[in-house]
Amino acid sequence: MANVPAELRYTREHEWAKIEGDRARIGITAFAQEQLGDVVFVELPKVGAKVTAMKTFGVVESVKAVSDLFAPVSGEVVEINAELPKKPELVNTDPYGQGWMLVIRMANPKDVDGLMSAADYEKLTAGGGH
Amino acid sequence: MTDTTGETPLKRTPLRDVHVKAGAKMVPFGGWDMPVQYTGIIDEHRAVRRGVGLFDISHMGEFEVRGPDALAAVQRLCTNDARTLEIGQVQYAALCYPEGGIVDDLTVYRLAADHYMLVVNASNIDKDWTWVTSHSVGRAEWKNVSDETALLAVQGPKAEALVARLADRDVTGIHYYRFARGAVAGVPALISRTGYTGEDGFELYVAAGGAERLWAALIEAGRPDGIQPIGLGARDTLRLEMKYALYGNDIDQTTNPLEAGLGWVVKPAKGEFIGREAIEALRARGIPRKLVGFEMVERAVPRHGYRLLSGGAPVGVVTSGSFGPSVERSIGMGYVPSAQSAVGSELAVEIRGTAHGARVVKTPFYPSHTKKA
Repeated sequence: MANVPAELRYTREHEWAKIEGDRARIGITAFAQEQLGDVVFVELPKVGAKVTAMKTFGVVESVKAVSDLFAPVSGEVVEINAELPKKPELVNTDPYGQGWMLVIRMANPKDVDGLMSAADYEKLTAGGGH
Repeated sequence: MTDTTGETPLKRTPLRDVHVKAGAKMVPFGGWDMPVQYTGIIDEHRAVRRGVGLFDISHMGEFEVRGPDALAAVQRLCTNDARTLEIGQVQYAALCYPEGGIVDDLTVYRLAADHYMLVVNASNIDKDWTWVTSHSVGRAEWKNVSDETALLAVQGPKAEALVARLADRDVTGIHYYRFARGAVAGVPALISRTGYTGEDGFELYVAAGGAERLWAALIEAGRPDGIQPIGLGARDTLRLEMKYALYGNDIDQTTNPLEAGLGWVVKPAKGEFIGREAIEALRARGIPRKLVGFEMVERAVPRHGYRLLSGGAPVGVVTSGSFGPSVERSIGMGYVPSAQSAVGSELAVEIRGTAHGARVVKTPFYPSHTKKA
């Protein structure tokens, strides 16, 4: 069973969000990286870009597949993980830590209410994929 | 990520349960339930380049043909010249349509004076069987032995020593594209110095019933070498780094051997074969497009079907693409106009609506380590 930290919120598309005041740090879940396999490229928006909840904000490519990334919340990108272009494998090795992708300053903090709890996300992924 | 198997149940190799038990991620491939990866594609790819990897490729098809006209039948079907084959020798070739398109690519084994084995792609077994049996000539008896034959590939710089330890005969003297019969771990095998990785190694043809025993023995004996089971994912990245064509991706009915860079297995001087006239006409007219290898300037990954651009205009299509774990960059193959096919030609690949820079490079992308001597 993939690791699902209790303090994070989740989307059905397998992104996680860590709420830090009016900001949300975003990445993909352990389940998602395991399904993708070796990540070799992550395409992210630039700092200052606007993203919209449940719209795509970028792309993650593994050796075999390409997958869209969905923004859990709407807002402005205030930080991106500058390590990922050089070390995309961080998404595999530490999906909730060094493999984070971006930080969004939320336009509407109520977006968080629409995200899944860890318990619900765990139910979503239980037995899935294999 | 759901397993949509469709209407027909997937076929299974004799080792399917072994893969599942080993934790492989299974996927449908050409109608077969196959392991795509065990630990991860990059890890498995590197294991083959650095040590030794074990592949179950029992999904491949094997046809035998024997009789006084077996050679004549092979000569009519295949583009290469099987007359030059000695007993114990293997040859790469193509089956072509009269129009010059490719039915399949294959290897031809001369088992005995009037006895050959054709090894074909898994996804083409039914099509090829119909093709060879309906275009055969003279007294040649065909037998489809695909279901009763298992095929394991042992590939990597440590493959030779591993197989040598388990074999009841010398295998170090089997040269590239040669084979011999012997027992490996007590399992009678056709031991072939061939592969699809660019590394030295063997492909071992055994009876289906012996596959599990041979697999287990190789895993056990290869433990000190760090042997790993290798899935289709790494098989694909390994062959891509060598620019080996994959049927259905880089070659098919709509491509001919000349533009695919397979002119070296077309031997018109040998006499009549299916597709000869069309291929000769193509050669005389000149080849308008060629299959090239290219590397990406950035890391974005080219994929099968993406458009190739030159000067902003579409000029061709990507037939295979991936991140190459040994070359550590994104690489691909595709057809481009001959004028843009020279090494150094600047191209772009359209990825999600944006042109990403690429350039034609010398291939193989990664140096071959097959034992050519």
